[in-house]
Amino acid sequence: MNATLFLIPALPFTAFVLIVLFTNQNKKVSAGLTIGTTAVSWLLGWYFAFRAFFSPHEIASEPIRLTIPWFAGGYSVFYTGFQVDVLTAAMLFMVPFLCLLIFIYSVGYMEGDPRFSRFFAYLALFATGMLGFVMADNMLLAFIFWELMGVCSYLLIGFWSYRKPGETHIDHAQVIRARNASLKAFITTRVGDTVMLAGMVLLYAMTGSLRWSEVLSHETLHMLSEKIANVPFFGLTPWATVLAILIFWGAIGKSAQFPLHVWLPDAMEGPTPVSALIHAATMVSAGVYLIIRTFPLFHAVMEGHNGALLFVAFIGTFTAFFAATIGVAQFDIKRVLAYSTISQLGYMFAALGIGAYIAAAFHLIMHAFFKALLFLSSGSVIHAMHHGHHVAHAHGHGDHEEEDHFNPNDMRNMGGLLKKMPVTGWTFIAGGLSLSGFPLITSGFWSKDEILSDAWHGGHMVVFWTLALAAFLTAFYTWRQIFMTFFGEPRTEAAKHAHESPKSMTVPLTILAIFAIAAGWSGIPESFPGLGALVHGWFQSFMGAQAHAIGLEVEHLPFDARPLLISVVLVLSGMTAAWLLYGRRSNVTEHGYVDPLEPALGGLWVAMHNKWWVDEFYQGTVIAFAKWFSHFAYAFDDKWVIDPIVDGVGRFGRWLAVSVRRFIDEQIIDRLVNATAWVSNVVGEWARQIQTGQAQNYLLAILLTVGVLLVLGLGW
Amino acid sequence: MVLQGVFIIVSLFTLLSALMVVTHRNLFISALFLVSTFFGVAALYVLLEAEFLAVAQVLVYIGAIATLIIFAIMLSRGMMQGRTSPYNAQAMWAGIGSVVLGLLLLYVVAFQVDWPVTDAKVPADTISNLGAALVGHYVIPFEVASVLLLAALIGAVMIAREKEY
Amino acid sequence: MIPLSWYLAVAAVLFVMGFYGVLARRNAIAILMGIELMLNSVNINLLAFWRYVHPTDVAGLVFAIIVITVAAAEAAVGLALFIALYRLRDTVNIDEVDLLKG
Repeated sequence: MNATLFLIPALPFTAFVLIVLFTNQNKKVSAGLTIGTTAVSWLLGWYFAFRAFFSPHEIASEPIRLTIPWFAGGYSVFYTGFQVDVLTAAMLFMVPFLCLLIFIYSVGYMEGDPRFSRFFAYLALFATGMLGFVMADNMLLAFIFWELMGVCSYLLIGFWSYRKPGETHIDHAQVIRARNASLKAFITTRVGDTVMLAGMVLLYAMTGSLRWSEVLSHETLHMLSEKIANVPFFGLTPWATVLAILIFWGAIGKSAQFPLHVWLPDAMEGPTPVSALIHAATMVSAGVYLIIRTFPLFHAVMEGHNGALLFVAFIGTFTAFFAATIGVAQFDIKRVLAYSTISQLGYMFAALGIGAYIAAAFHLIMHAFFKALLFLSSGSVIHAMHHGHHVAHAHGHGDHEEEDHFNPNDMRNMGGLLKKMPVTGWTFIAGGLSLSGFPLITSGFWSKDEILSDAWHGGHMVVFWTLALAAFLTAFYTWRQIFMTFFGEPRTEAAKHAHESPKSMTVPLTILAIFAIAAGWSGIPESFPGLGALVHGWFQSFMGAQAHAIGLEVEHLPFDARPLLISVVLVLSGMTAAWLLYGRRSNVTEHGYVDPLEPALGGLWVAMHNKWWVDEFYQGTVIAFAKWFSHFAYAFDDKWVIDPIVDGVGRFGRWLAVSVRRFIDEQIIDRLVNATAWVSNVVGEWARQIQTGQAQNYLLAILLTVGVLLVLGLGW
Repeated sequence: MVLQGVFIIVSLFTLLSALMVVTHRNLFISALFLVSTFFGVAALYVLLEAEFLAVAQVLVYIGAIATLIIFAIMLSRGMMQGRTSPYNAQAMWAGIGSVVLGLLLLYVVAFQVDWPVTDAKVPADTISNLGAALVGHYVIPFEVASVLLLAALIGAVMIAREKEY
Repeated sequence: MIPLSWYLAVAAVLFVMGFYGVLARRNAIAILMGIELMLNSVNINLLAFWRYVHPTDVAGLVFAIIVITVAAAEAAVGLALFIALYRLRDTVNIDEVDLLKG
């Protein structure tokens, strides 16, 4: 049975190959292939996950493995393969299930798109990437799948940057936006990946291996924390810290943390299933998974000298707050969710930074569910707005200004959609409750709260208060979004004509809503009064087995009401503030929709709305430098170095040719030829005299010849 | 004895005439000396007991060929005044070469070869034999010779006629 | 008896003189006359050999007759050529006919 491990990533890959080579024309078969293979991977994944659920300690100490020799280098053979331990099992529970639901959703969402089959091919390839990544047992294989996911992200974000002639549902501006967004995503993550690759190479150099089990073993980690490296600017640092920080940069890129967060909002140009799958649930959480996986490396150096964890905590906490502020001032429904994702990922990294290993993993899984749910239902909303827009203008309602620049994502065009699309609306609300951490009943509450109480108990007060404020903002912008979209009166004709989406879209929403609410119950800590006895902190002990296996001590914290109360108060006040500002008022004035925060906060609001001008900063510095440098390199290479060399070679060739001509051709060859001609001329001039034209001369010659012959004949 | 004396006289006559033929400035005189050379040769034929041939020689050579030559000389009268030298530029070399060749030939004739001479006599009916042979055994050369004469006749007319341009 | 070699000697001298005439004279007819001399010397040779080697066989006589015939024909043609040449070139000096001069 262990041998079937490889099928989990391999099956979607075969779907990809088959669609690309054979079934591209047939939409039904292509979608069927992707969904079918993903379903099988899901079943296999759940088989292994449940095996782990029932015996976590065995799995943690002896993961299920499938190993093959890959290539031989010198004296050693590099082995590769897949492993399932507790962490992988948790991922195998979440990833293929979400993939399957989102794929089914895509059938309805992408209906009518001319490149439907190709979309499913890319989705299948992505599933391969993510599944292979969580199951890889060495960093090299993981990196390959990591990059594969990056490629799929590029292809899928830029899915609408290709327009077949005659297509009308994408306009030229969208093509440009999609193209820029996909490139931005790929290049920005590439920055992080390069640093991570450096870390990987150095890791291999220092330890001679890349397998998780070998690299993260106690002896190796001890060695790495003892060895000191002399890092420029930072002084003497243990190698473990250096490597950890280098690898963390890969996570910064992939999981869109500050300063490499800029690609994720732009990535919303891709179709919504893509945003849900890649940029909410799976790929961005790959960064978190990576840090959880390599956590021992971060943890290796003794407390007090741990720069790596400090760095992680700083980045995570800052990003969580920073992104939340931006999310408050966005009008695009998907952009709000994008910044929300960045913020929540920040939470996870902050948790890791303070050592809350289990809380981070818990929040990772829970967040995947409710964020996917939020994205999918926002996709449903956008879908409905689009159709409503077409219907409205077919019937001649509404003014024609709207028609040209109508943005179906803009929440200012929505309103009152709960009545029109109840399933979508209520599932969105369920997700929103979870995201804002509504107490007790939602999974978001249990996971976020775990992080907050770990911060409180660990004494990391800066982290605690920052994250708590971020929680306030999270609740605020989430409910702002919900009130603007689903409540009040429809503000445009499109919203008036919106209707519920097909079953292929609403059924996954419902399933995910159940998980968004209930999944968190698996992690109710044992110490929680009353409810704690329900599951006895099942998730904690499950993940705790992994922590135990890697040598982390897990404290079982006593119940403390203070962080809980603080967070509940902040969450509820955030929701109330949103209701006051957006739920109770219509905010529509004669200038159109006016966000009440805008006049209230003034310049601060402008900064938040403009994303604190990070993109502009990069454009002015990094991009400008890159452009200048490439011009310089071109000039240096081509104009100053290559061209002169080539010209020089050319000139030398010509000089050589001319010299040869002058000295050899003209002097020697020509003279030789002329001399030959002159000789034959002279000989000819002389010889022609024999031809006198007079027969008598010839006869005389005959006479002489006869005489000679006679003489010879006579024997003289 | 007598025969040898006659032979010497006849041959001297012939050779001297021949010499005059090739050396005389005046072409007409040369032609006349040619005639006398032919006579001398005919005499030699008689000495060789080939009488028929001697007569044929006189008839054909002197009667036809020499006459023809003299006619041609007459037709080109302007050329036979003999004011310019009859010799060309290579005459000296030709003379030396000829003399050398002649001496060589004489040497060969005199000393080199053992001629298979017989003592047989010329039969009396040689002429009738000759006649019979000409129309019998040697009819083909005879006929061909006549064709040749015809061809020469026609050819000469063709070559020498006035061309109408 | 006159020895064969005397006849042959006479023929040889006659031949050489005729050859000299061909080589050394400028006038075409003079050359023709030299040719006739050579033919005559050949005939003498032929008849001398007939007489002294095979007198019974008329082949020698026939040969000599044919030679005479051919000489006649050739003289006729040669003189025709001479006339044509005179008409064309307005000269009978052979050393002025050097069109083949290289």
